[in-house]
Amino acid sequence: MQLNDLLSHTSEWLKGTGPHSNIVISSRVRFARNIEKLPFPHWANKRQSKQVLDMVEEAMKNIDYLKKSTLFKLADMDSLDKQFLVERHLMSYEHAQKSDSKAVIIDSEEIVSIMINEEDHLRIQVMQSGFNLFEAYNIINRIDDCLAEELSFAFSEDWGYLTACPTNTGTGMRGSVMLHLPGLVMTRQINQVLAAIAKLSFATRGLYGEGTQAMGNFFQISNQIALGRNDTELIDNINGLIRQIIEQENQARNLLLTQNRALLEDKINRSYGILKSARIISSQETTELLSLVRLGVDLEIIKDINRRIINELFIITQPAHLQKMENKKLNQNERDIKRAELIRNRLEKAL
Amino acid sequence: MLCDVCGKNTATVHLTEIIDDQMSELHLCEECARKKSSQMEQQFGLSDLLAGLADIEKPPQEEKESNVAKCPNCGMSYKDFKKIGRLGCSECYSAFKKFLYPLLKRIHGSSIHCGKCPPKTGATKANKKKMDIQQLRCKLQDAIQREAYEEAAIIRDQIRQLQEKEKKQEG
Repeated sequence: MQLNDLLSHTSEWLKGTGPHSNIVISSRVRFARNIEKLPFPHWANKRQSKQVLDMVEEAMKNIDYLKKSTLFKLADMDSLDKQFLVERHLMSYEHAQKSDSKAVIIDSEEIVSIMINEEDHLRIQVMQSGFNLFEAYNIINRIDDCLAEELSFAFSEDWGYLTACPTNTGTGMRGSVMLHLPGLVMTRQINQVLAAIAKLSFATRGLYGEGTQAMGNFFQISNQIALGRNDTELIDNINGLIRQIIEQENQARNLLLTQNRALLEDKINRSYGILKSARIISSQETTELLSLVRLGVDLEIIKDINRRIINELFIITQPAHLQKMENKKLNQNERDIKRAELIRNRLEKAL
Repeated sequence: MLCDVCGKNTATVHLTEIIDDQMSELHLCEECARKKSSQMEQQFGLSDLLAGLADIEKPPQEEKESNVAKCPNCGMSYKDFKKIGRLGCSECYSAFKKFLYPLLKRIHGSSIHCGKCPPKTGATKANKKKMDIQQLRCKLQDAIQREAYEEAAIIRDQIRQLQEKEKKQEG
């Protein structure tokens, strides 16, 4: 598989299917794993980092689960390729910063990705469309078992999996769910909800993970505790919380429909109109308008397009995707023009 | 829209800060955003937060010990860890065990692992028993936190039983 093959492909998590996909975009589970005794990436010298990369590359060959996966070394990528993978959520922004002995393993369906030498030696992640944490957990569990046959993972009976940052020690697991909550934002209940989430020791982040702000009504919610509970308990806890948020979002949407239908329909159709006719559009405006159009599809106010097209547009209108599709560097103005053109084309084609 | 800081370039980064319920918006060009983000990192990184947690209430004797503690495998000192907020390797966990216990407890509300084990570790019988006891300890902690004392007493007895069995087998 080549990186460019991904361009013509829809990531699993963008398919717009799975339980509660009107509100939940995707579910993700990640495991942090390290190799015994070898210094963690931030503390390792070049030779040691290279050793980790070689060990994982070798181990991968013996794992059936990863037969359809490809290892990409960051040293072989230009900055556009890296940004492209960040936009697709296949690696983190931090991972893209330096290249030394870093790599990412990606499977052809874009369900599994394994970052090598990020904060930990291995960061395994599995993504699923919709509200589906347990399925993601089952997949990652099997991959983790296979990797553990090949590599000696750092593990202590008292403290579980040992990680570079003590916040991950224990299960090394983080489950996170990406939610689209325009109803709670529009009815101004979102701050209350976010405050409640923080009190229950869960973290909320924006579309692109740690340090990013919530944009276009997207919120990523994950567990913060990793020690003292077993993996399924942790996932149960997130699931319980997410179910409540889904319930509240549904109520908020109903409230908007019953009390403010004309206003809501106006907002949604205007957004759709702008997307269909704009000639220059920034990525922030795109995200905000697409969010409203997605709500319109969910509420059957917009009936002529489906969720998958909207989900795809969120990603392919990002800067690196636009430039890869055009196969050349574009400055910001050129991007804004191309973006508007791409959106018009896609929406027309969908009709 | 022009950048709020330099007023020259187009703002492409839009930052929302919430401080004490006061929301402020900042529109920055790429260059100024980069400056701002490095400033923020300096002001408040996760490492500071962790280091702060690691530093609370230590008896003087332990304070002295922690100042000289060093991991024999990777050479990281506990002082380094306090500065960086990241450990150096898996062996640091044994080298700094004493100081890490309270830290992990503060972060996670518990300092006992009761989740998944690598299949190789879980395979031996003795290990399995140890993990069973560990699981029960977690449940006990949980029951006490919920103030479910009757349930806690039952779990406590189960742990005792398992431990006695283990002793007998060893003896």
